[in-house]
Amino acid sequence: MAQPRADTVSKVILSGSDLQRVVDRIAHQILEKTSGATGTVLLGIPTRGVPLARRLATRIHAFEGIDVPVGALDITLYRDDLRLHATRALGKTEIPAGGIDGRKVILVDDVLFSGRTVRAALDALNDQGRPSSVQLAVLVDRGHRQLPIRADYVGKNIPTALSESVRVSLTETDGLDEVKLTGGVR
Amino acid sequence: MTAYVLKGVSVLGASPVDLVVRDGVISSDKSGVSEVVDADGLVALPGLVDLHTHLREPGREDAETVETGSRAAALGGYTAVFAMANTSPVADTAGVVEQVWRLGREAGLVDVQPIGAVTVGLAGKQMAELGAMASSAAGVRIFSDDGHCVADPRLMRRALEYVKAFDGIIAQHAEEPRLTEGAQMHEGEVSTRLGLTGWPAVAEEAIIARDVLLAEHVGSRLHVCHVSTAGSVEVLRQAKARGVRVTAEVTPHHLLLTDELAASYDPVFKVNPPLRTASDVAALREALIEGVIDIVATDHAPHAVQDKECEWAYARPGMVGLETALSVVLSVLGERWDLIAERMSRAPARIAGLAGHGTDLAPGSPANLTLVDPSAHRVVDPGELASRSRNTPYAGTTLPGRIVATFLRGEPTVLDGKAVK
Amino acid sequence: MIKHLRSAADLDAATATLILDTAGEMASLAGREVKKLPTLRGRTVVNLFYEDSTRTRISFEAAAKRLSADVINFSAKGSSVSKGESLKDTALTLQAMGADAVVIRHQASGAPHRLAAWVDGSVINAGDGTHEHPTQALLDAYTMRSRLGRLDGLRVAIVGDVLHSRVARSNVLLLTTLGASVTLVGPPTLIPLDVAALSRSTKVSYDLDSVLPDMDVVMMLRVQTERMQDSFFPSAREYSRRYGLDLARMRRLPEHAIVMHPGPMNRGMEIAPEVADSSRSTIVEQVANGVSARMAVLYLLLGGKA
Repeated sequence: MAQPRADTVSKVILSGSDLQRVVDRIAHQILEKTSGATGTVLLGIPTRGVPLARRLATRIHAFEGIDVPVGALDITLYRDDLRLHATRALGKTEIPAGGIDGRKVILVDDVLFSGRTVRAALDALNDQGRPSSVQLAVLVDRGHRQLPIRADYVGKNIPTALSESVRVSLTETDGLDEVKLTGGVR
Repeated sequence: MTAYVLKGVSVLGASPVDLVVRDGVISSDKSGVSEVVDADGLVALPGLVDLHTHLREPGREDAETVETGSRAAALGGYTAVFAMANTSPVADTAGVVEQVWRLGREAGLVDVQPIGAVTVGLAGKQMAELGAMASSAAGVRIFSDDGHCVADPRLMRRALEYVKAFDGIIAQHAEEPRLTEGAQMHEGEVSTRLGLTGWPAVAEEAIIARDVLLAEHVGSRLHVCHVSTAGSVEVLRQAKARGVRVTAEVTPHHLLLTDELAASYDPVFKVNPPLRTASDVAALREALIEGVIDIVATDHAPHAVQDKECEWAYARPGMVGLETALSVVLSVLGERWDLIAERMSRAPARIAGLAGHGTDLAPGSPANLTLVDPSAHRVVDPGELASRSRNTPYAGTTLPGRIVATFLRGEPTVLDGKAVK
Repeated sequence: MIKHLRSAADLDAATATLILDTAGEMASLAGREVKKLPTLRGRTVVNLFYEDSTRTRISFEAAAKRLSADVINFSAKGSSVSKGESLKDTALTLQAMGADAVVIRHQASGAPHRLAAWVDGSVINAGDGTHEHPTQALLDAYTMRSRLGRLDGLRVAIVGDVLHSRVARSNVLLLTTLGASVTLVGPPTLIPLDVAALSRSTKVSYDLDSVLPDMDVVMMLRVQTERMQDSFFPSAREYSRRYGLDLARMRRLPEHAIVMHPGPMNRGMEIAPEVADSSRSTIVEQVANGVSARMAVLYLLLGGKA
């Protein structure tokens, strides 16, 4: 990852323990909003949505002893910006054994920004089956939506400038838990 | 006739002298000279003689004509070229060889000497009227089915014997046809990788071995076209050591290029015999220096665009070469002017029995000569070739040497690097 | 990412592995109800086939359609230099039509290389003469990896007419790149003299029986009976006895080894019917995997910025 330039700020928004607390809170909210997570499936959007979905499932199990099926939904093949970048490698798609038909699917991602990823995820989900409902959980909502999409569960709202970027690090993928805001002018 | 003085010219690399060209011959009389050619730094060679040129006329005038080919030859420093017989119709009668000979005279840029076919229609079945061609106005002395091998050993033997009556010579395209069916390139590592049917070296070597034995047996002269393999060189070396009357030629491209070039699948590198390996190239160079190979001949083979801008397997084999031959030889041999004159002018004229060419540039000799600027370099641009075809393998390559002027019997055919007509 | 797939030699280990991984993801989509993906919407893929090959053409067509590309089938069978349009003129036509990729099958080795010089889009070699067939090698490697779990260190015998086989050439190159060791088996007349030109580590054997006990994979090549006329071998019977894979020979293979064939098969010639239909045979899987491998290639060549 590129080092932030000297004239830009780099600020920790969530520390490791903050991040744990936020995940715990979302897990509680999910239990509350889905009547104890019955008939619910968590689908993480690669890359960092997948470990987040697993953590949520682990916490839900810890709180209520319920096993929520967890999977992964790669959206690369559904992106609307493929032609703007070099070809991307695909992430894994793993739909839990019970499938998603008639289930309450909760999509999990690290950062909600333009909403285009979620739009692609809804298309991808549509080709996988027919859930009874779809909800969205994100660790950080940084605003600047370009599509009429909102999250059902938000870890932290972070007002940002377009020139800034939000970097989520997770132990599973990056070796530590942390959310940083970089860029912008001092 | 205009008299010229070539001021400060170096004959075969010797100290600069003023050479006078008057009434078609080299002269020592400087009186009344009207034209001065500044030849400072230029080397004079006897006019080059090419024993192996395809002029395509009659039949494929879209690829080359006697006139365009003659112009390309003059620009390459040639004063005589031998036109191969594989035209359409084939040069297998006195009529066709006389037509080509006459077209050459009309063009007037080089002496065009037709080669007659050995067999009717190059079909390898029945001997053509070699005697009629020999006694025609064209005075044919060299006979060849080039493009095809005279594969039938009995027919080859008869042809070798028959031409003794008029001091003829058979120039063999050595290629055992059964070993090269469908062949596309040299058989070896590269052909294996590219999935192109191989043309094994042994298909050439076996025919040369057979033919030198036949020539020895019947006491005839044999000339071997475009020798391309190290094995062929060995066969020739042994034959010459035994005293067999065999001569051999190598093309400029076989002295410089290798089969690796086929990897592009660009048929500009497709030629017959095919480009061989680096060790073959090394053996051919050595043989040329040593004299096991007597001469350099271009095998100038112009082809129309559509015959080259296609799939490798469908492309016709051959490369144009008249306008780059001296430069390639210069890059291979260096400035060994006497050796170059021997391999590109004197020896080919001697083999063909061609009077008036390949003679020393001494007073009284016919003024067939060419002036080379050895310090010049040029990047080969296919669009600038005088040949009607563009299939040069050297496009974009920098080659040494430039032909500044060529004189045919005292008349300039090239001046300032441009064709006079 | 590479622009063209003309030869398996265009692929380094990382790129080849990426294609196989991508093919795996594509394969997992094949199981679901909606098989179509929107990925290549608006892109045009031309199937330019100078040779009959319904299997390969259909496989590419299915792959392109599952990715929502527009597919144009351009059958130029029977074309030669003497009649019909030249490859260059056809290329200019395809160029004017805005082809993003041209899938070419051609009887002349190197035709995809020539085509790539004349069109702006990607060129995918679907078999050229006796040269290569790189997507076949990819689907074969994919099949081996999914059956046996790995490619690195795998021992593969390729048996039959290697000299004229584009499948063999591409497989040798790709498998060697991916760490497998290849042994070519067949009568000496059908093995190239310079095998080292393909890969320095490739071994050669003329004795199928001695090779089989050490193999993880045995790939049988189609042998064309017209080779007999050219004296490559004396008779179909002798060929089959010396180099055909029958039940007795199959039993010499280790327990886990698989039997492959790129198809179409000459049952009873290079492969016995009981072998082709046995549980070791991957012949049907290879067909299904062909679509996934070709989807992966199309996605990786066309799925990004041109």
